Amino acid sequence: MSSYKIIDHEYDVVVLGAGGSGLRAAVGLSEAGLKTACVSKVFPTRSHTSAAQGGISAALGNMGEDDWRWHMYDTVKGADWLGDQDSIEYLCKEAPAAVLELEKYGVPFSRTEDGKIYQRPFGGMTKNYGNETVQRTCAAADRTGHAILHTLYGQALKHNTEFFIEYFALDLIMKDGACKGLIAWNLNDGTIHRFRSHITIIATGGYGKVYYSATSAHTCTGDGNAMVLRAGLPLQDMEFVQFHPTGIYGHGTLISEGVRGEGGYLVNSKGERFMERYAPKAKDLASRDVVSRSIAVEINEGRGIGKEQDHVHLHIDHLDPKVIEERLPGISEASKLFANVDVTKEPIPVVPTVHYNMGGIPTNYKAEVLTINGSEKTVPGLMAIGEAACVSVHGANRLGSNSLIDLVVFGRAAAKRAAELVKPGMKHDEIDKSETDRCLDRFDKLRNSEGSNPTSELRLSMQKTMQSKCAVFRSEKTLKEGVDEIRKPFEGMESLSVKDKSLIFNTDLVETLEFDNLIRQAITTMDSAYHRKESRGAHAREDFPKRDDENYMQHTLSWCNGSKTKINYRPVNRSTLTNDVQYFPPQERVY
Amino acid sequence: MVQFNLPSNSKIKKGQYYKDKTGSKNIRKVNVYRWDPSKNENPRIDTYEVDMDNCSSKVLDILNKIKNEIDPSIAYRRSCAHGVCGSCAMNMNGKNGLACTKSHSELDGDIDIYPLPHLKVLKDLIGDLSTLYKQYESVEPWLKTTKINDKENIQTKEDRAKLDGLYECIMCACCSTSCPSYWWNGEKYLGPAVLLQAYRWIIDSRDEDRKERLKKVADELKLYRCHTILNCTNACPKGLNPAKAIAEIKKMLATA
Repeated sequence: MSSYKIIDHEYDVVVLGAGGSGLRAAVGLSEAGLKTACVSKVFPTRSHTSAAQGGISAALGNMGEDDWRWHMYDTVKGADWLGDQDSIEYLCKEAPAAVLELEKYGVPFSRTEDGKIYQRPFGGMTKNYGNETVQRTCAAADRTGHAILHTLYGQALKHNTEFFIEYFALDLIMKDGACKGLIAWNLNDGTIHRFRSHITIIATGGYGKVYYSATSAHTCTGDGNAMVLRAGLPLQDMEFVQFHPTGIYGHGTLISEGVRGEGGYLVNSKGERFMERYAPKAKDLASRDVVSRSIAVEINEGRGIGKEQDHVHLHIDHLDPKVIEERLPGISEASKLFANVDVTKEPIPVVPTVHYNMGGIPTNYKAEVLTINGSEKTVPGLMAIGEAACVSVHGANRLGSNSLIDLVVFGRAAAKRAAELVKPGMKHDEIDKSETDRCLDRFDKLRNSEGSNPTSELRLSMQKTMQSKCAVFRSEKTLKEGVDEIRKPFEGMESLSVKDKSLIFNTDLVETLEFDNLIRQAITTMDSAYHRKESRGAHAREDFPKRDDENYMQHTLSWCNGSKTKINYRPVNRSTLTNDVQYFPPQERVY
Repeated sequence: MVQFNLPSNSKIKKGQYYKDKTGSKNIRKVNVYRWDPSKNENPRIDTYEVDMDNCSSKVLDILNKIKNEIDPSIAYRRSCAHGVCGSCAMNMNGKNGLACTKSHSELDGDIDIYPLPHLKVLKDLIGDLSTLYKQYESVEPWLKTTKINDKENIQTKEDRAKLDGLYECIMCACCSTSCPSYWWNGEKYLGPAVLLQAYRWIIDSRDEDRKERLKKVADELKLYRCHTILNCTNACPKGLNPAKAIAEIKKMLATA
């Protein structure tokens, strides 16, 4: 193995990732006086939180009566009862304070006539336990994520958070089942950095790039999830992949649900507003899994639009151009750029597109990572937040605008919990050299790959398999084929080709490391989907069209070692956190 | 007359030529600036023949195609691919922009792709933005208010509208790196990107530090190196107007 220059650091807490959740955690940790490092492979404002458009949910009641319990009911129902209700209670109860805190930080929220935070309708958000639409989603035009991300970065600067920017994390440092820090590669100068910390908080986001067509950024490769798998820990509910109903046809760019919130609607080739048939009450504002499936059925039954009849139209041309200009300026720009459409005159061609991972690193509501080892227990020293985590508040399907609130509520919860567990300046454990060696062996082996399969080819093969075998509708046949096929790109790594051997901004190697991360998550996703023989939320099995509460009120846990997986289950938490609200027992889910 | 020359190790050489292997009839030549810090070589221009029949519409699609199918060693930043993260800012046919939103059909002839001008190059198309980021920190981009209560700040629609055209900035640096004044005095002049951000907080009705903020930028070098060249506004891929924001700051100082 080549020798690498290793630089050691000691921090009370290391946060991996500088998107919305990582930055919120870092701010809280710095406020608590803990020595905090925030490590990110991109400059913080490049994180994918910037792409969130429509808004952030919280029962503020600025636009009429609202109650966090109604928000909780909607989230439980949206999750198709796979969410843990103690965590959902925590999320919805803490949400209003978290949004007001963001406003105080300086987020430029849109305003109502009386100067309060503007809230818009969103899919699945209702009044009085499912009765009528409520306006709960707080918006900064249609650039809410961007506004929040930049504001949180400003707060982190205010609190002098130490950033390590354009550092690519390689592996966790584990000792006796506890996390002791992480190892990262500095792309700026090629050095290797070993961060020792009492707590490591993973905030690396989702892994949308396992699919060919996704609204996700190039950088959404779930690096933290893969580090957890390599540490011998499981991921949870990986089969639940959200397809956003409205990605721009052919390009995948997100068109916010806020468009339908402001009155936009979908039509098929016959000009029908088909959502009226699938969700008579909520129509175009049913939850995302329902709308995506409805579009897929329309297309499968020959009512798609275009030469290939493979997409539908989203109309907002009936809206007042002033409303579009004030509340939806970003999607007007995106539609012009990527579909060549003037939204004030023409419909936007859209198709369901991979958007969000409900699954991820299992945690409790304090953001502590869970595993099963005989019985359920927390992993000392390890936390996860944001899209990387599976708390689980989103269960089998996330409601729109519940992701941004998840970031800040649990980012803050993680910081609070860490401050309880760690006192500033506590002494660090010695770590065995073997952890560093194991990590650098993999790094060095990938870097010096001299085989014949370029990373881009293996990645494409993985993406095409996920797209065709693990899509909106799944069946025993497609999943069985998928389970076999998805292992081929993994095996292809035995003869991998990496051309660039340098260490400074070697993006050939970065993409290879990202692929190594992606393929492990693709395998666990496919295998988890294969083993869940029911339909729930985003996981729709044609051969098992009904939800099976008898057998599957359970979270899937999947371990992955090489291409071998182990699947196990843990029961969904069936109690609330406090007596402020009653447990919502499973019901039939209609919109 | 004095003659100026680049130092010999900075002169751009002709690099490799990658001929099309697909047999496509629709080829475009793409010239890309290359420099590898780990090799003791001059920067060079590599030329790639790209099959445009199988390439999506943006310049970033060309770069991805080159990286995936021709030369994986080429280095550039990219992330969101739809103009919100600001990673893939670069110079295309002489103009700064985002590779992910720039259509190659808008570029004439061979396509020349360079890093953003006047930045220290880290590798290929990746420039060093650390000075700009430090300058951003220096304007203290956070809300300053003494109000401590559990209610939101009330802001009228009219006051909120004053932030439009400012808060949308994605910090891609297309504007600052197109500004000749920033080229010459980049260490001291804050430049259009950072001044736009400074103004975003100065004009926020919720902020209580306006006077201090104005005082802090009222400096011969930090602010008044803007000579209204307007390259910034011309370069902004988000259609923002940094030059106007700078003019507003100057006006506030003049009338204060």
